[in-house]
Formats: sequence, C-alpha cells, structure tokens
Amino acid sequence: MSEAAVHGDGHGHDDHDHPAFLAHHFDDPEQQYDSGKLGMWLFLVTEILFFSGMFCAYALYRSIHPEVWTFASQFLNSTLGAINTGVLLFSSLTMAWGVRCAQLRQRTGLVVSLAATLGCASIFLGVKAIEYTHKWELGLLPAGTYESQFLPAAAHHGISQWLYVLSAIPAACVLGFGIWYAMTIAKGEKENSEVAGPLLVTALCYFAGVGLGLFLESGEAHGEDHGPGTHSEEHIDGHEHPGNVHEGEEGDPGHKDAHEGGGEEHSMLPGEAKVVFVSAETDGMKPLPKPGAATDKEIDQSGGAGLFFSIYYCMTGVHAVHILAGMGVLTWLLVRATRDHFNEQYFGPVDYVGLYWHIVDLIWIYLFPLLYLIK
Amino acid sequence: MSEIADLSALPQEEREARENFLFNTKGFLSWALTLDHKRIGLMYLVGVMSAFFIAGMLALLIRLELMTPTNTYLSNAQYNQVFTLHGAIMVFLFIIPSVPAALGNFLVPVMLGAKDVAFPRLNLSSFYLWVSGAVFFLAAMLYTGLDTGWTFYTPYSTTTQGPVVAATMGVFILGFSSIFTGLNFIVTINTMRPPGMEWFKMPLFLWATYATSIIQVLATPVLGITVLLLAAERILHIGIFDPAYNGDPVTYQHFFWFYSHPAVYIMILPGMGIISELMSVHSHKSIFGYRFVAYSSVAIALFGFLVWGHHMFTSGMANVTTIIFSALTFTVSIPSAIKVFNWLATMYKGTVQLNTPMCYALNFIFLFTIGGLTGLWLGALSTDRPLHDTYFVVAHFHYVMVGGTLVGFLGGVFHWWPKMTGKMFSETWGKISCLLVFLGFNLTFLPQFVLGSRGMPRRYAQYVAEFQELHQMSSYGAFLLGFGLFVALGVFIHSLMAGKKAPPNPWGGATLEWQCTSPPPYYNFLEPPTVNDPYNYKPLAYRDGDRGWEYVHPEAPEVPQSEPEPAQS
Amino acid sequence: MSEHVASSDSNVSDGHCHGFSHPMPVWQLLAVFFALILLTVATVYQATLDLGNLELVASLTIATIKAALVLLFFMHMIHDKPLNIIFFMSSFIFVALFLGFTLMDAHGSGYQDKKELKVLDSQRAVAPVDPAAEAESEAPSGNGAGEIT
Repeated sequence: MSEAAVHGDGHGHDDHDHPAFLAHHFDDPEQQYDSGKLGMWLFLVTEILFFSGMFCAYALYRSIHPEVWTFASQFLNSTLGAINTGVLLFSSLTMAWGVRCAQLRQRTGLVVSLAATLGCASIFLGVKAIEYTHKWELGLLPAGTYESQFLPAAAHHGISQWLYVLSAIPAACVLGFGIWYAMTIAKGEKENSEVAGPLLVTALCYFAGVGLGLFLESGEAHGEDHGPGTHSEEHIDGHEHPGNVHEGEEGDPGHKDAHEGGGEEHSMLPGEAKVVFVSAETDGMKPLPKPGAATDKEIDQSGGAGLFFSIYYCMTGVHAVHILAGMGVLTWLLVRATRDHFNEQYFGPVDYVGLYWHIVDLIWIYLFPLLYLIK
Repeated sequence: MSEIADLSALPQEEREARENFLFNTKGFLSWALTLDHKRIGLMYLVGVMSAFFIAGMLALLIRLELMTPTNTYLSNAQYNQVFTLHGAIMVFLFIIPSVPAALGNFLVPVMLGAKDVAFPRLNLSSFYLWVSGAVFFLAAMLYTGLDTGWTFYTPYSTTTQGPVVAATMGVFILGFSSIFTGLNFIVTINTMRPPGMEWFKMPLFLWATYATSIIQVLATPVLGITVLLLAAERILHIGIFDPAYNGDPVTYQHFFWFYSHPAVYIMILPGMGIISELMSVHSHKSIFGYRFVAYSSVAIALFGFLVWGHHMFTSGMANVTTIIFSALTFTVSIPSAIKVFNWLATMYKGTVQLNTPMCYALNFIFLFTIGGLTGLWLGALSTDRPLHDTYFVVAHFHYVMVGGTLVGFLGGVFHWWPKMTGKMFSETWGKISCLLVFLGFNLTFLPQFVLGSRGMPRRYAQYVAEFQELHQMSSYGAFLLGFGLFVALGVFIHSLMAGKKAPPNPWGGATLEWQCTSPPPYYNFLEPPTVNDPYNYKPLAYRDGDRGWEYVHPEAPEVPQSEPEPAQS
Repeated sequence: MSEHVASSDSNVSDGHCHGFSHPMPVWQLLAVFFALILLTVATVYQATLDLGNLELVASLTIATIKAALVLLFFMHMIHDKPLNIIFFMSSFIFVALFLGFTLMDAHGSGYQDKKELKVLDSQRAVAPVDPAAEAESEAPSGNGAGEIT
C-alpha cells in the first residue's frame, strides 16, 4: 500500500462523501483504520512500559532474595493459575474470532464471540477472587501486613467473608442484568436483549469461576499435604503441630457449606492450611535452599515473604484492573455489535480492543510462570 | 461540508470571519466540548499560564523568604511546602504540557497541513485529564502542604504527613494526559501527512514534537507505575521502596528517574523546535543543516533514556553504575551542541530581524548554552560529588528549564500569537519584556552558581549570613524577572484588546501555518495547501504592514522587494 | 507468505477484499489456540521437573514462544505494517534498558548488605510456637490475626 494510495484524495473534504463511520478529518476508511491501529500499538507500548516497572521490581528482589521466592511461591496454587491461563487463552481465541467476524460482517458471530470473551474474563476474575480471598484469610498479604505462616493459625471456617464482599457486585449484576434481560424479552426488544443476555451470562460466569476456584483450591490444599513441602521446617514444626495436621486431614465440619465439588470435603479451604502447609511431608519437588541460606522460618519471620506477596498483588492486581477495563470496552463493543456498526470498512474498534485484550493475555502468559511456577 | 459550500458565495473577508475557528461557533459549551485542536490548544495555553502564574508566585515567595538568613515570613515546614508546590506545579502542570500541549496542539496539524489531530476526542480528554490532575494538585496545596519535594523521594514520602497520595494520583492522571497527547501527535504525524509532506519536508518543530512524543509514550508509563507503587506503599505498605520491609529506596529513585530524566527532554525538546523555527524565519534564511537538527532531536530523545543515573550519584549507587552513567551523560551534549551550532550558523549571513520572537530566541540560545555547559560539570562524577544538592544544581536546571523552555515558550507564543489570535502585539513592549526577562533571569540565577559552588545547599529556609548578599541579589533578580513576565502578559492583553489585525504571514515564514488566514479557519485550510520546502524564503516578498509577506508569483524574486521591517504596530 | 495467501483466499471467497482487512482463517485461530494450550501444559509439566537454574530459562522460553504466537496470529502481526511492529518491539529495548541498569546497580557494591533480610520489628519475629499457643490455635477465635496486629 503506497503512501499515495493511502492519502489518495488529499484534502478534498468538500468533494468527498464520507460514510457515517468515517470521521471528518480522515480522507478514507483505511487512513482512519491505520491511524487507530498505530495509536493502539503505541498504547500497548505504554502498557508494556507500565508493567515493566513491576517486572523490574520482581527481577530486582528475586535476584537479591531468591530464597524468599522459593519459599513464598509455594503458597500460590499453580492449578488455579493454569486454569486461569487456559481461560484467558480461550478468551483470546474468541476475541480473535470476533475480529474475524467483524471483518467479514458476521453480526451474530461477533456478538457470540464478544459474549464468550466477556464470560471468560468473568470466570478469570471469579477464580482470582478465590485465590485472593484464600490468601487474605491465611495472612499472605503485602509486606506491611504479612502474617507469619509459622504462627498458630487463625481459625477459619469455610468461605472467606471477603469472598462475600467481593461477590456483592457480580451478584448485583446478576440481579440487574437478569431483570433487564427479562424486561427486554417481555418487550421484545431484540437488540437490547442481545446485550442483556450476554451480560447476564457474564455475571453468572463470575460465580462459575468462583465455584471452579473453590473446587480446585480444595483439591490443591489436599494435594499440598503431600506436595511442595518445606524440607527444613518439617523437623522443627512437623511435630509441633501434630494436632493441626491431624485435624486438617480429618476435615472440619465448619466449612462444609463451601462445597460444590463433592469428594474433597475434608480439606476445603482449611483454616489449618497454614499449619498443615508448613508441616507437610516432603516428597517429589525439592526446592532446596542454598547452603547457608536463611531457613524458611527465618525468611518468613523476617517478613521477607511479604515482599513477594507485595509484588504478587501489585502485578496480578493491576492485571485484574486491566481485565476489568477490558470488560468495560468489550461491553461497549457488544452494544455496538448488536447495532450492526461494524463492517468490512469499519472494524477498527473491534480490532483495537482485540489488540488490547491480547496484550492483557500476553502479560498473564509471563505472570503465570514467573509467579506460580518458578521455584 | 454544505455550510462551506454556502459560504463560498460570500466575499473573501466575510468568509474568513465566519470560518475563523475563534468565532465559528459561540457559547461556553462550544469551547468546553470542542474537538477542534486549535481551541483545545488555546484552552491549554490559558491553563498552563494559570499554573505558571501560581507557581511563579510561589517562587517569588521563596525568594522573598531568602532575603534574610533567618525565617522571616515562612517557617521551615512552610518553606518546604512552598518549594515543593513550586517545583511540582512548574514541572507537572506547566513545563511538561507548555509547549507540546498548548503550542503543539495548535500547530502540529496546521504545520502538517492536516485538518485535525488523529484522535480529536482523545485530545479533548487529555485536556480534561490535565484539568483533573491540576485539581488534585490544588487540593494538595489547599488541604495541607505537600512537603516531599517534587520528586517524592522515599522513604520520606512514605512517612510524611503530607497529602502524598492525592498528589501522586494527580501526577498519575497528568501522566496519562501527557501520554495521550504524545500518542496523538505520533499518529498524526505518521498517518495524517498530506500528499507531498515527506518526512524531510516537515518543519523542525514537528520533528522536535515527534521526538518529544516518543519520550512521552515510552517514559511516562513508568512514572505512572512508580507513583502507583508509591501510593500503594503508603496505603498498604508493600515494602518495595521501604527499607523497613526489606525494600530499597534507591529502587524508587531508579524508577522515578527512568521517567524524569527523559522528562527533562520532554521539557526542552519542543523549546528547541520552536527556536529552530524562529531562527530560520527571522533570519530569512534556510535552516543550516536541516537533517542534523532533525536527527539530533531524535538522538536527544533516545540518549535521554541512557543517563538517568546521573541524578543519583550520591544516592548510594554501585560504583560501576555511576561511572557508566557519568560517561553516557556526555553523549547527550553532542546532539544539543549540534543544535546550538546550527542555529548560530543559520543566522550567519542571514537577514536577521530583531523582532520580539527573535529576541527571545537569542535569549534562549544564550541561557540554554550556559545551562547546558554547567550540566557537564554535574554530569562529571568528580565535580558532581561536591556540587550535588547545592544551589549550583538549582541554577543549572533553572537555566535549562526557565532560560530554555520558558523563554522558548514565550518566544513561540509571541511568534504564533498573530496566528492564534489574529492580532498583532506591540513590538516595542515585547522587546522590553524580553530585555527585562533576560536581565532579571541572569541576576537571579548567576549568583546561585556562586552560592552553590561555595557550598550553599538547596532546599533550606535558613542559611549562614555570609551568603546573604548573593541571596539578595538573586531575590532582586527574581522580582525583576517577575516584572518582565508581567510586562509580557500586559503585551498579550493589550494585543487582545487593541491589537492591529494580523496578516496571514507577518514574519515571512514558509511553513504551512502561514499559508492559512490569521486566525485559521475551522478546517485550517480553505484550499489544500501546497507543500514546499518549509525553509525556502526566496518566493516570499514583504508588501506592507497590512498584508505582511506574500508569495510572489509566478517567478520568485531573489530578494525581498522592500526593506523588511514589518510588524511595527 | 502462505498465511497471507490463505487469508486473502478466504477474503476473496467471502467476496469482501478491501485491501486492508485480513481476516484470519478459522483453522489458523484454532491451531494457534491448541498450540498455546499445549505449551501451557508443557510449562506446567516443566515446573514439576527439577531443572535448577535452567528452570527460569525454560519457563521464560516457553512463555516467549506463547507470546510470539499470540502476537503473530491473534494480534495479526504477520499482516501488520512494519512501522507498527517496530514501534511495539522497540518498547522491549527500553524495558531491557530499564531492567538492565537497575539490576546492574543492585548487584554492584553493597549487594551483600541488601541480601540480608532485616528482621522486622513487628510481632512477626515472635518466638516459636509453644504448646499454649498451639492450644489456642485450635480455638476458633481468630487469635492468629490478633497476635500479628
């Protein structure tokens, strides 16, 4: 595409009939599209540099205190992380599919794929809510409020109360969108119901994510009994909390209510997880500390692990804010898609939001191994 | 476009008056919700000048306090608050948006020959982001004083009682305003160029703006995350910057200066772009070494990312890092020097007219050169150690920021004032203001070099009595500088009230903005402009005060026909 | 470029070839998605192995391959203008500068001091758990949090 073709008709704003979607200061749809695309790529550049600050903090403190990372990253549930990665990747697929639909003017396809993307985003946030609230209960908090994992555990039953707080907004959304959807159906407003329906599903997907998270968090907690144990502590603490370990494996009637997944009742979101965790058996993985390095207990009690969780919350938190923002613009796209605003000449907004959505996915692709996997 | 068709029936004069962007629509909302880049530029101009007024008053308050070695008007705590707000407002609300957002918004599309910036709505929203950021700052000022210095260094900023969170949120918002402006300009310059406007036919102001925008897009997000982490540090104690939680305050300085050193070039590069235009236009001679000046802007922008560590030589950086940063710092002087030499060479054998904008441009070169050369002393590791955090540093960056950016900004406002408002201003009083600014500025800051080299530390309300004479000299200079700026303001106001109507091309510029009427119509150009060499003045001839300079057709005369002494109002 | 041919084929078949839209063929989208899922499984599996120092390299390599797939196909980089790609990729140079200098400084002189974790002055350094505390921990009264604050 040569420059001449791009700016083919120069300045003739008088003699050019502009389609409705073409802003007055552009000469043709392609110039408009190219401008928007370049603008979006530049915005993604700013996003990369925005996140780079946190990646820098991560690299810095990880390189200075590798033992802290070894210790603290065990508290992250890599199953949930992997599930969320898959969910985001799927949402990326649907988003890319949506761009294709917009380019081919497949209105229904676009609406469906935008709805699917929104739903996946919602599932992601639901799982994230479980992860966060679980950690808050255990005192796995930023440096200033981090609670030692070697202290006696706070008694903690069932679902974290924070989860109720976090779920209030999606619950309100379910209610609101449900009513709106019912009204649109009753009035026969097709366009509006095509917005309200997907939004209702999106809000419900949050609870699907929460359910998934609850189910898997319980599985993981169970698995952790035999999972990534902490070698150096087991001799010290292993026999200091026999009661807790015992109880952890017997199960606690207090958190029955949390169960959706049947089989794993006995170690669901255990209040004892802290203690169970540190006194766990070591087998399989052995992230051994360097000789002479601080023991886990020292790391923990010095508050070093708090630094890891500070960075964890900052990175995933800012990422989650980006997901929320993405959901906002996706909703806007959904509304416009139902009004059939997009066509072969004008699919820019879908494409730009797609780029944004993929960059959010891209950042998660790095966050997942850096935070959850690498010991 | 139908209305334009209707208007074309009207006589030329009438048509210009109707389509003039200042009056084509009326009412408060037509300005508040405008998408016209020219109106947004003017709103920015009013905004940044108001911010400058507030911060300038705070500066005079500082100088007043420093007349005596002891506390007279301000307590130590109040002094801290005053210099913090002076610095923060000047940097974030005035210098950074001054040229790019105010003049740049007005000029970039017009110089380019485009109808508007690429994203007009984004443009308006960056203006409102700027306004909301300003509100946060004013709130910080009115609530309780912020006393961290404009740099928000940890650990003090995480422990002080001041409204650090509100101020950092202001910075965050202002950062996004700056990012969106830069993004808009990059896209505009890349995709909105009309046929014939090639990269190397662009006016140098656009090159400077482009380089500035690159920095805005690349560096400002890091400031965003830095202040966000700082706010999180204060609220949640995340410990990344806090030694009490195994964090490292030097990390904060790295984060902060990764943005804020390049930001220094956000402040100075557009000023340099203005001077490139002014030098050439008022010398009536093609810019010397066009490509070198263009490339040097981009080079400054890129080198600017390599040198941030020179702000931290005494902060406990590793030795090897300080050496590398010191060495890299010298690279920036090369493109800066290229610019200065090219400007001087442009004047050589030119027809130099000492119009007000040109006086400011000469003022700029003189002051910026002093500022740049004293920067070498601060970039060199050995001399920085004793000079760090003294008045020498204060004098150095004021020579660059005030002597450079502010003077360049004023020169630019005088130069494009006829284009923006359609009114000429009083040349005599304009030149007087320039002289007062020059004298006042040097009287203020030359003594500060002496003070600094004798060991007067910055940011103290009290000092030993032997420094009093130099401090008083500096204070008198500041009052003179302030007076000079008020004279400049008076010139502008007088011009608005009683200025003569400006011709389309009062100075004889060859860039595209001089081809449209003064002030430009809503769509910038009634007919598509013809793009030619932006620095070829041969086809232009001076007619008289009412008509200014015009293109002579068909054959360009070798020299202007009449003696060029235009624009005496 | 074969992908290009494929996509313009689909364009033509849909009868909407307007020069600047490049719809990705569905099979490509699906193939990329499954490749990404496979790589995710691979990286999770890789984390269970004890690779020592190689672990970081291995995970980041896999992540970078995934990122490249997303960029090239989902973000249509293969059809994009070179300028956009240059702008975007150059951001990584600046990130590298930022990380490089900051890390270099952190590992220069004074590094050993930084390595030592400071014991915080809060109750985090409380003595090891004694039987009494252990008994308390079984009581559902949230004393853990109480002790911390």
